[in-house]
Amino acid sequence: MRTFETPLYPYERSPDQDASMPARHPVVVVGAGPAGLAAAIDLARRDIPVVLLDENDRVSYGSRAICFAKRTLEILDRLGCGDEIVDHGVTWSRGKVFFRDRCIYEFDLLAEEGHRRPAFINLQQYRLEELLVGRLRDLQSEGRPVELRGGSRVTKVEPAAASVLLTVETPEGPYRLEAEWVVACDGAGSTVRRELGLEFAGRVFEDNFLIADVTMKADFPTERWFWFDPPFNRGQSALLHKQPEGLWRIDLQLGRGVDREEEQRPENVVPRLRQMLGDDVEFELEWISVYTFQCARIDRFRHGRVLFAGDAAHQVSPFGARGANSGIQDVDNLVWKLERVLRGRSPDSLLDSYDAERVPAADENILNSTRSTDFISPKSETSRLFRDAVLNLAETQPMARPLVNSGRLSLPHVYLDSPLQSPDTDGLPARTRPGSPAVDAPVGDGWLLARLGDRFQLLALGNCAAETGCAGVPAGIRREAPASGSSAALGIDVPDDEPGLEVVSQPAGRHPLLNERYLGDAPGALYLLRPDQHVAARFTDYDPERIADAFRRARARETDDP
Amino acid sequence: MTRLQNKANIPDSDSFYEEFLDLHQGCSRDESDALNVSLILLLANHIGDHEVLREAMQVAAQVVLGSKPEP
Repeated sequence: MRTFETPLYPYERSPDQDASMPARHPVVVVGAGPAGLAAAIDLARRDIPVVLLDENDRVSYGSRAICFAKRTLEILDRLGCGDEIVDHGVTWSRGKVFFRDRCIYEFDLLAEEGHRRPAFINLQQYRLEELLVGRLRDLQSEGRPVELRGGSRVTKVEPAAASVLLTVETPEGPYRLEAEWVVACDGAGSTVRRELGLEFAGRVFEDNFLIADVTMKADFPTERWFWFDPPFNRGQSALLHKQPEGLWRIDLQLGRGVDREEEQRPENVVPRLRQMLGDDVEFELEWISVYTFQCARIDRFRHGRVLFAGDAAHQVSPFGARGANSGIQDVDNLVWKLERVLRGRSPDSLLDSYDAERVPAADENILNSTRSTDFISPKSETSRLFRDAVLNLAETQPMARPLVNSGRLSLPHVYLDSPLQSPDTDGLPARTRPGSPAVDAPVGDGWLLARLGDRFQLLALGNCAAETGCAGVPAGIRREAPASGSSAALGIDVPDDEPGLEVVSQPAGRHPLLNERYLGDAPGALYLLRPDQHVAARFTDYDPERIADAFRRARARETDDP
Repeated sequence: MTRLQNKANIPDSDSFYEEFLDLHQGCSRDESDALNVSLILLLANHIGDHEVLREAMQVAAQVVLGSKPEP
């Protein structure tokens, strides 16, 4: 039996089903796909009790997302399962682009040095989900408060004043749950979204795409091949992508108005693949399906106590691997905010910043994936004329190659206009400006990002490291714990339950890539980092008033009075 | 301030114009279209200044369509 056909979390009766009143839970996550699993894991790690409901009892069916980008891998590191996932994945750097009957150029993606994680890995979505379920099971055995309920389909969503009532259908009949907060990760066909009557507005693409997973019987180069208008698929496109375990993923564009059943018949698929791979390559078909897609989103991702993430909130075209990646980035943004609100450390307006930050991120993903789609599948005579000219030029003119768009690598969104960000300080590198995710860099025998995350931190670099580590503590700031190693704990006068601000310091001179990415020509800097490793503010001098102000803003607090 | 050069800028412009037309000698309509589009892409890359290119697009739209394209 294939992985995605094996029950992994079969339905079991919950005591909630026998309760006389609906059992109340702080957070219910609906949907155990990549976003829902990541949300449940992150909540459980923070000791926020979470119930994860899934209508199914196994990982997602068939061949779906396959490419996980660096930022996603860094988030998975923070969730404690980056190593397993990266170890299972494969990476590639060489690719070929074909136009009609010839290879027009080859490329080698030379990844920037000094990052723990590669630019991306390829991994089957069902394998990622299987590893995330494993991580969730580990957390359960550590006693973390997380439950995964299979065979539990949400059928009704009723928002009330201070909670949301959910009706859950099971093999033994329905029951009701009361959730303080609902995180809806129930995919493109979201029931929660439909129940709230929210419009999913955008552009539907009519092109059909065929997915085939094949196992090659002999060695085949680990390269990404993309064809525009190939002889075996005239007027359309094709993509060959490496997956782990000897699997290859093939996406064949079929065009509009095709007979989907007919196209999926192996006797129609195999001859095309033979033409594509060459007569001497033996392969076996593992999976065939046909899909269409849309680029759409709901207007807001927060609706009272219901928070939408992943495909339930937004859908993109598959070009550029922005679906699963953006879903995991959504919950990375959401979960620390939810924790703060649940613990009473921030007002619930902090959750409005989820909307303010992730809606533009979704728009950026939709824009990029729509541009790729328009290049791959030109919608007018003129756009085809330009597209073909770009491809013809690309064979001999390097200037045209950046215009060839078969999907742009998913990069994390920079929250430039976020209400949580403070104004930037001049003279520091652009790539780490407020709103950016912290950029990794080697430090000593480890990595910067491994030292960051989960809580608010002050990264003190260069001569600022010495200032925060040794200088007298100015008014308004209290040091909470003595310095230990390169890291001291430092807090601002805040309510007693506020975990405060941890200082991570790196003196000058030791780490050239760290200095290049965070200091540029400045002798020192202080970076205020959020629990999701995004930069909230940065300074070139140690001004406790400004730091305290930025810290308040990043927590959506008006004041720090209890 | 406009930065697109709209004063004559090509020495011996008659000879350039002739070469431009010669390029299309004997071409089908499709071939001419492909030539023009390839030239646009090569020249746009050579200019490399998004502002100047945008201005050129606006001037062309104004002249041909009598309006500026939607931003």
